Amino acid sequence: MLVYAVCGAGIGTSVLLKANAERALSMLGIEAEVQAVSIEDARGTHRMAQVVLATPEIVDQLTGIPAEVIAIQNIFDLAELGEKLKESLG
Amino acid sequence: MKTSFFAPGAVEIQDDAASFQAAVATATELLVTTGSALPGYVTEVQLALEDLGPYFVVAPGLAIAHAKPSEQVLAPGMALLKLRTPINSGSHNDPVSLVFALCSTDASSHLDMLSEFGELMSRDGVINSLLNASAESVIRQILSSRQV
Repeated sequence: MLVYAVCGAGIGTSVLLKANAERALSMLGIEAEVQAVSIEDARGTHRMAQVVLATPEIVDQLTGIPAEVIAIQNIFDLAELGEKLKESLG
Repeated sequence: MKTSFFAPGAVEIQDDAASFQAAVATATELLVTTGSALPGYVTEVQLALEDLGPYFVVAPGLAIAHAKPSEQVLAPGMALLKLRTPINSGSHNDPVSLVFALCSTDASSHLDMLSEFGELMSRDGVINSLLNASAESVIRQILSSRQV
């Protein structure tokens, strides 16, 4: 399974989001590959992720992509990430 | 986190800011002062903010201002502007008093730095300690604390 962590530039927020999503997924015992990508990458990709994680401002830019898009309020909050990923994938 | 990530001069405390844009500019200018970026990077971050909104306000009270790697970046770096009076950015995580700035020369050279930073910020109480800290020495101590 593929999960995208998206941010505007693909170097900051998305990288932090990816690291914590990986920790949350591992705590849930869910096997998934998480990739940090920019908005352009998420829109233009050929291999679409099953789930896309992003901050709410970015979620607005991702309407129309064929994946479940989840808004993350606090990217450092493993409990929030875990809950939302569990609801979506568990 | 290695203290070198926050070079001398990379942590500044201000009473307040005229706007969130101004706070982001001040934080990004710290990267210019420390030699990590050229002045053009400050403009690039402002354009990213204009274009996408305050998406880099990623946790309650905390922003990580950054733009894509570019020729305006000389070396990976981080800086922090702490505001004693928080400012609204238009984000769900308002008000913001910790404005971090980040720059990288490419998509990978800053990853060790960022991963340590993320690990630190995910620890219980760290963000709250930073929000409550008002002296640079205390802030630096929190930023340099390592997991035992």
